[in-house]
Amino acid sequence: MSGDSAASVPGGPGTRPGRPVGRTALSARLRRLFEGGLPRGGVQGSPVLRLFLRWVRRPLLPVMRLWRRNIQLRVVATTLVMSLGVVLLLGFVVIGQVRNGLLDAKVKASQSQATGGFAVARQKADEAVSGTGAGGAAGTGDGSATDGRQSQNVIQWMSDLVESLSSGGAGAFDVVTLPVGDDSGGGRSPRGSGNVNPTSSVPAELRERVNSGTTAVQSNTRIVYFGGKESQPGLAIGKQVNDPNGRPYELYYLFPLTQEEKSLSLVKGTLATAGLFVVVLLGAIAWLVVRQVVTPVRMAAGIAERLSAGRLQERMKVTGEDDIARLGEAFNKMAQNLQVKIQQLEDLSRMQRRFVSDVSHELRTPLTTVRMAADVIHEAREDFDPVTARSAELLADQLDRFESLLADLLEISRFDAGAAALEAEPIDLREVVRRVVSGAEPLAERKGTHIRVVGDQQPVVAEADARRVERVLRNLVVNAVEHGEGKDVVVKLAAAGGAVAVAVRDYGVGLKPGEATRVFSRFWRADPARARTTGGTGLGLSIALEDARLHGGWLQAWGEPGGGSQFRLTLPRTADEPLRGSPIPLEPKDSRRNRGLDDGGERRAGEEKRATVPVQQSGAQGPALPPRTPVAPRLTTGGSAADPTALPGKGNGARVVPRPTGGVRRPGDEPAARPAPDAPDAAGTRPEAAAPQDSTQSGEASRGR
Amino acid sequence: MMSFMKGRVLVVDDDTALAEMLGIVLRGEGFEPSFVADGDKALAAFRESKPDLVLLDLMLPGRDGIEVCRLIRAESGVPIVMLTAKSDTVDVVVGLESGADDYIVKPFKPKELVARIRARLRRSEEPAPEQLTIGDLVIDVAGHSVKRDGQSIALTPLEFDLLVALARKPWQVFTREVLLEQVWGYRHAADTRLVNVHVQRLRSKVEKDPERPEIVVTVRGVGYKAGPS
Repeated sequence: MSGDSAASVPGGPGTRPGRPVGRTALSARLRRLFEGGLPRGGVQGSPVLRLFLRWVRRPLLPVMRLWRRNIQLRVVATTLVMSLGVVLLLGFVVIGQVRNGLLDAKVKASQSQATGGFAVARQKADEAVSGTGAGGAAGTGDGSATDGRQSQNVIQWMSDLVESLSSGGAGAFDVVTLPVGDDSGGGRSPRGSGNVNPTSSVPAELRERVNSGTTAVQSNTRIVYFGGKESQPGLAIGKQVNDPNGRPYELYYLFPLTQEEKSLSLVKGTLATAGLFVVVLLGAIAWLVVRQVVTPVRMAAGIAERLSAGRLQERMKVTGEDDIARLGEAFNKMAQNLQVKIQQLEDLSRMQRRFVSDVSHELRTPLTTVRMAADVIHEAREDFDPVTARSAELLADQLDRFESLLADLLEISRFDAGAAALEAEPIDLREVVRRVVSGAEPLAERKGTHIRVVGDQQPVVAEADARRVERVLRNLVVNAVEHGEGKDVVVKLAAAGGAVAVAVRDYGVGLKPGEATRVFSRFWRADPARARTTGGTGLGLSIALEDARLHGGWLQAWGEPGGGSQFRLTLPRTADEPLRGSPIPLEPKDSRRNRGLDDGGERRAGEEKRATVPVQQSGAQGPALPPRTPVAPRLTTGGSAADPTALPGKGNGARVVPRPTGGVRRPGDEPAARPAPDAPDAAGTRPEAAAPQDSTQSGEASRGR
Repeated sequence: MMSFMKGRVLVVDDDTALAEMLGIVLRGEGFEPSFVADGDKALAAFRESKPDLVLLDLMLPGRDGIEVCRLIRAESGVPIVMLTAKSDTVDVVVGLESGADDYIVKPFKPKELVARIRARLRRSEEPAPEQLTIGDLVIDVAGHSVKRDGQSIALTPLEFDLLVALARKPWQVFTREVLLEQVWGYRHAADTRLVNVHVQRLRSKVEKDPERPEIVVTVRGVGYKAGPS
């Protein structure tokens, strides 16, 4: 139907002379985006963005698919990632602990060693002062000569000091003295024990700290050696000490940490190797464990697939008593039950078919005799007295009815038993229509109806069962003539896309709301009170619907009270192609609603005014809008394109056609309620947006958005 | 009207009431009916009565109708009209393939039955001398013979009629409905399966390769036409 076919309505911009600007237009655009865009599959997004996303996603798709489909891969990958995390965490903690343990002991030992050393240095300086005190005091006035001697003494003293301090721990530590600041004169050049490069082994930052106070400070360093010996990590502890002249110098103890470093890297290496093994092993274990679970599940899936494909004897292999075995047992039990049930159903179906066939034969043979006898009597009725003659007539008439009822019942039960077979071959529906129309011509003449055929200029070929299609169309045309009240009946053919359609339109009493689906019910009658003047069995449309379904097609009805009805048969062009739309809209172009007629059949004059000046109605924001001419879009939506919105409910060929219950339909509203793609102002200024309407109206409108 | 000498009808039906009723109707129309109720005796009765047409019920005690049909067809081209209670495609096609020319589904009206019988008997009335060619076949209409390179091909009267109808207008494509009307004598289109089955049977006799027909060519979506001479 067309109320929800917003996309198919071409409302040209030319039909709207004025267009509101600014906020209204923008908000309307946004609203349209959200309200109109989303139900149509969100196709409103920027095309560039979508293209980009697609381009990015494409190479990842196979991987993503594998990830989604392979539970084993997922579990193993998750296990690997998580165990890697755990191992890394553990490794850091352990290494930290080991490092602390190793270094703490070393640092403590070094500190006590250094403290001792500093004390010795001070003591030696004091000794030197007291030892050379007399000579020193005597020669204080000697000037440069004495000075030179003193510095000579200090150089010697320093060398001795370094020697004696470092002699305590050959290889365990080295001793370095440095002058404070740039004061390198007076024999106070840097010196160190055991080939240590004194200047580059002590970091500058440590020297600053040493010079800024008199306490001992420490720092990590690299001990650099002269003579090609490799440098090694170490701990430096330094302090400012005074020489025998009372001038300060820097004394450093350098403790190599090579041993500790070696132990630490050994621990690190061990941990890393162990961690790697653990991760790999955990992954392998996860893989094995998941495999144990997944393999039976996959087997079950494969067997389930084969089962659903119809191989009912497939069973799972069950070993052991674990959960998998239980799954297998349950699965097999299910398969067994399924097989039994299907077998039963097949048997039933076969029995039903057999029964129908037997009944058919057993009933038909005597009926043939009765039929022939009745006809012979009927032929001879002129020789009878009036009562007998009339009886003969009644007998013959009712036998006709009985026959067609029996035929229809057998046909329906054949459908019910699933015994109906389609014999599709390419047929030209125009031929079928021609035959049907010429067959219905006598009845049409009696009723004073003229049957018109439109759309038969070009071949309308589809793979179909000519016998069934003809039966469907005969039914539709005869129904249309019978309920058409002598008005024209129009048979319309069309082909588009993968579908062909035949619509039979009458202008008779039409259908009441809800009847559009019920007409297909078995033994349903439009008006129970009406005399059964026509000889229909009440099964015709049910059979027609089954015929349409057998083709994979649709049979749908539309109607409005007093406005006639339209029955549309849509068939796929080739037998195995699914239908997506119909070339003919279910609601005809000349329905009352589309023509803008109310039930009285008068054109509603005030209508256009309401629709064209919506602002006064709604009191909406913004300036007064120039009146818009109402669009009449339905007239331009020809039958040339398949109507994608005309899909029926799943599996049901019939379709409910909502109509205004109040019977009042304002034609201008509908075009306005359906914003054309290039008319963004429509949604914002619709009268329905503010003014409350009757429920049908707003339902229709909201669907139209 | 046709000559009543050509009006012997053999009714093969086990339902006595129906057989009797058929007899009444057929006699009323000027035919000479004879009856047999058992499939096993049908062939003997056929040989004895030499009917112009056989009305054959499909469901029979003893030999069933299909078998009887096949046996009769094996020794005669006499028109066979099947009476069947089943209109399912399988049943109809099996019946037609066994050699029946036409079928009528129970329950039928007497007039319908008589029309079918007349249509089957009519063709033997008017043998106008005529020579037709279709493909590499030569058809002598009056002599009721079809020859390829002087070799005569045996066809049933119905198959012959079908071939003649196609050969008379080699330029025309015949829809199944038109063929039904011209060959079977249906005014209103009935069952196009009749045409399909008989075209296949005809092809199996006249075509060199029935898989690739050259005499009776299918026009997809429309019908059949005669192959080029």
